[in-house]
Amino acid sequence: MIIAKKICKLPLMELPSIAREVRKEVIRMLAQAGSGHPGGSLSAAEIATCLFFQAMRHDPKNPQWEDRDRFVLSKGHGCPVVYAAMAIAGYFPKELLGTLRKLGSPLQGHPDTRFMPALEACTGSLGQGLSIAAGLALAMQMDKKDRRVYVLMSDGENEEGQTWEAAGFAGFHKLDRLIAILDYNGYQLDGAIKDILDLEPLRSKWESFRWNVQEVDGHSIPELLAALGKAKGAKGQPQMIIAHTVKGKGVSFMENNNTFHGVAPTQEEMQAAIKELDGDPSLSQALVAAGKIKKGGK
Amino acid sequence: MEKEKALEKKMGLATRDAYGQALAELGRSNPKIVVLDGDLSASTKTNLFAKEFPDRFYNVGIAEANLVGLAGGLAQAGKIPFISSFACFMVCRAYDQLRMAVAVPHQNVKVVTSHGGISVGEDGASQQSIEDVALMVSMPGFIVTVPSDEHCTRALVKQAAQIKGPVYIRTGRPKAPLIHEASTSFSFGKGILLRKGKDVTLVANGLMVFESLWAAEELEKSGISASVIDMHTVKPLDEDLVVSQAQATGAVVTAEEHQVWGGLGAAVASALGRKCPVPQELVGIQDTYAESGKPDELLEKYGLTGRRIAEAARKAVSRKR
Repeated sequence: MIIAKKICKLPLMELPSIAREVRKEVIRMLAQAGSGHPGGSLSAAEIATCLFFQAMRHDPKNPQWEDRDRFVLSKGHGCPVVYAAMAIAGYFPKELLGTLRKLGSPLQGHPDTRFMPALEACTGSLGQGLSIAAGLALAMQMDKKDRRVYVLMSDGENEEGQTWEAAGFAGFHKLDRLIAILDYNGYQLDGAIKDILDLEPLRSKWESFRWNVQEVDGHSIPELLAALGKAKGAKGQPQMIIAHTVKGKGVSFMENNNTFHGVAPTQEEMQAAIKELDGDPSLSQALVAAGKIKKGGK
Repeated sequence: MEKEKALEKKMGLATRDAYGQALAELGRSNPKIVVLDGDLSASTKTNLFAKEFPDRFYNVGIAEANLVGLAGGLAQAGKIPFISSFACFMVCRAYDQLRMAVAVPHQNVKVVTSHGGISVGEDGASQQSIEDVALMVSMPGFIVTVPSDEHCTRALVKQAAQIKGPVYIRTGRPKAPLIHEASTSFSFGKGILLRKGKDVTLVANGLMVFESLWAAEELEKSGISASVIDMHTVKPLDEDLVVSQAQATGAVVTAEEHQVWGGLGAAVASALGRKCPVPQELVGIQDTYAESGKPDELLEKYGLTGRRIAEAARKAVSRKR
């Protein structure tokens, strides 16, 4: 599906199927790449769908459109979900997704603007995207532009000091064009966040840095769209949407299974996952029953 | 005192003051320039810009990592950020941010630091940057400069605003002796041959340019004729000038207010090794941190004087075959 409209918006009823399509592309491209991070892409499928097909003002056929909203993926390892959304939106042909992580591909292992300028920022060293997004929002504020900067953050990034430097700056300077979505899936590479460096009380931390905070079910498209709508209209404060999500969402054997934080699915796992996303979990169940899938998780 | 006898030392502004003035001037002609500072604007001299253009100046507080990230975002939006702090805090503290938000995407960010070297003085090692040049030259795509005096600084700052891409300019705290004329023209990557000799070439930047000129006069007394180059740009290095002077004189001394690992001396050694191997001596800080003291006392203690440059020159000359 190629959508070449100036402002990329789809009817609401189509978004769930887009999110499913995004997940399938994520699974396929990671299996083909043989490496990468499935868990944090699957948790953000609805977020990416709502941004690229509803909330953001952008033109896939003219990525450098001067009057576009900006999108920064601060959780750089989640780039497959963004690549999938971009391909479906028409930024580039879907066939390119098969080149993820391969030599010469614009789809680098972590976002790299040298190869794909539309990504706006080079990320992958965690905790830096919010500062870059704040810089973009600051420029919009200086120029009094009625545009927004969306930044997708991970929960683990809240452990980085720079996140809070940026949070303080954005709050103090009232960067209300800055909208952060935090993919709160509860896991980082080595395990559960609550066991490594618990972030709670996360909401009040952001509020104390003068952000307006909303909390949503990050897999509920209506909740996400409502929150994004409010955030867009808000004045005087930067906007934080804490999206409560499930790592690996949509594929039963990946859900809350932190093995799939940074390990790509095998061919067998890919087939099972795609089938499950198409509504038939039998292959997934068979794999689990046969003890073929390493089960980490809670 | 001996110095003044040998070579007239006319003091000019500190290079940081020249930066502050040039930046304010640039602000008048280029509305895209935005300045960020990390609570050191009175020291880096971005306060001159801040006073004139409060709407385009942000003191981001003591938060260098965020400062650099903001600059990356501003540049991505088409602004021309000039960002300043002490060399230590900008480069050492925010190195990964300079890498990810500026160097990798090759953003149009100008990083101008003050308090380079040990002539910072009394504040001691935490404020004395002796690694910044080595760190910045290792970052792909950055132009890396250490201007010697106010004229050189003004010219490089203005040029930085004209070219697209990341530039690093290191300025210093104390007043710097005048080396150049206001009319001298400067270009990134082009060294300036201040003096032409036959026996040895002294390649220096920053405060060490004056010391090298002093050393050249001193050497003249004992019959050694020295070329002196102000190599304000460490990267890209003016290898043609280094090689042509090395060929003409057969020996080289480098002098920098930086430690010898990874700075100007190393860059020159790399060029000579590949293109024109001749004896080279490196004057710089020898793999150590310095301490509190008066700038002149520190320069003396850590071997950054004209006398030491002259000694190194004699040694280099004696090593010729």
